[in-house]
Amino acid sequence: MSDNQKLRVSKIHNGTVIDHIAGGQALNVLAILGIDGTDGEPLSIVMNVPSDRLGTKDIVKIEGRELSEAEVDVLSLIAPAATINIIRDYDVVEKHRVSRPETVVGVLECPNQHCITTENEPIESRFEVLDEGVRCVYCDTIIREDLAAHILAG
Amino acid sequence: MRHEHIISAKQLSRADIEEVLDHAAEIAADPEAYADRHAGKLLGLLFFEPSTRTKMSFTAAIKRLGGDIVDMGPVEYSSVKKGESLADTVRVVEGYADALVMRHPSEGSAQMASEFVDVPLLNGGDGAGQHPTQTLLDLYTIRENAGLDDLTIGIMGDLKYGRTVHSLAHALTNFDVHQHFISPESLQLPRSVRYDLHEEGATIREHTALEEVLSSLDVLYVTRIQEERFPDENEYREVAGEYQIDAGTLEAASDDLTVMHPLPRVDEIDHDVDDTEYATFFEQAHNGVPVRMALLDLLLEGQ
Ligand SMILES: [Zn+2]
Repeated sequence: MSDNQKLRVSKIHNGTVIDHIAGGQALNVLAILGIDGTDGEPLSIVMNVPSDRLGTKDIVKIEGRELSEAEVDVLSLIAPAATINIIRDYDVVEKHRVSRPETVVGVLECPNQHCITTENEPIESRFEVLDEGVRCVYCDTIIREDLAAHILAG
Repeated sequence: MRHEHIISAKQLSRADIEEVLDHAAEIAADPEAYADRHAGKLLGLLFFEPSTRTKMSFTAAIKRLGGDIVDMGPVEYSSVKKGESLADTVRVVEGYADALVMRHPSEGSAQMASEFVDVPLLNGGDGAGQHPTQTLLDLYTIRENAGLDDLTIGIMGDLKYGRTVHSLAHALTNFDVHQHFISPESLQLPRSVRYDLHEEGATIREHTALEEVLSSLDVLYVTRIQEERFPDENEYREVAGEYQIDAGTLEAASDDLTVMHPLPRVDEIDHDVDDTEYATFFEQAHNGVPVRMALLDLLLEGQ
């Protein structure tokens, strides 16, 4: 590894490193996690670095935050190859692959403008995860392409 | 019936469907026997958009079971107009009634409402989504006229937005039925319905012209092509005419063909079809009462 690459993947103290995100998807991963940097947490984003497995990959490092199980599930929708490294005191204490959840709640917005979930009702959006894409539990609309474009604004 | 609510035709198994249809047949054979069956029970009507027929049919059904209705009335006089959420409205009204029927313009509204109430909720149509009680009366009519297995059915018209079509197509996958879908290309089945049919292992055959399949059909289910679905009127005129049938069209059909329509029709079935042996749409509409009686009976019994 060259010094240049070392610098880019330098260690964090406590938090999460998300590796093996498909090239160019890092910002969508942050969006799906509701992380935009405004809470002041240190963030590193490395995009489009060469990867044996993916061609190019992105890496996201979030200082001071460990992802929850639900967040990891949701990640699988747009970063199915991602690996999650939980870091404590500069050490990787947990490392896992993402797995596809059966449903995702409150994360995506239904693109059907006649869907009840787009109205002012006390419910969260709910999507069943299909082999390809997701499906609104309320109106049955299927989203296959560009899931990240449907992420609910945090 | 193990279901608490009737939201979508997708939730109905073959056994569920047969239970409702068999019970509807018993009721139709001897309606008097059921006249006091649910005396004192109240059915709450929540119609957020007008639907004279579905509403009248449910009203007739509960009254013929000895019950009565409580009606929210037109939306313009209700608290909905003042901005009350649907979730709040249904939670209030469930306290007034033993079961609820809801028609609402938003897709998924019945599913959502059912998550907020404990009394049985029947979806009377949610936008372009589902209309499961219509499907049950359609199936009842098909069974009476042509049986429900070893059947070839053509479904024609607006397949994209027609909720009766979506419900029916799915329900038919429970039976040994060949389904042919006939529509303009712009009004073909939506992705979600294709997905379901595919999941159920159904083979979809799609056509743009009725002549391609008419002679092989046991049942032709016609729906209206709505002018407002087209960006411009000329485009509508171009296609609409091709999906209108009259007695002449049906000369190419089998003598046993059953022609159905969820009604109201505009001009897609000419009145000269009404006096032919094929016409079954009024019978179909009338079947709504025994079928809804059967459904209400099963749901209220389960309470
Ligand atoms: Zn939806």
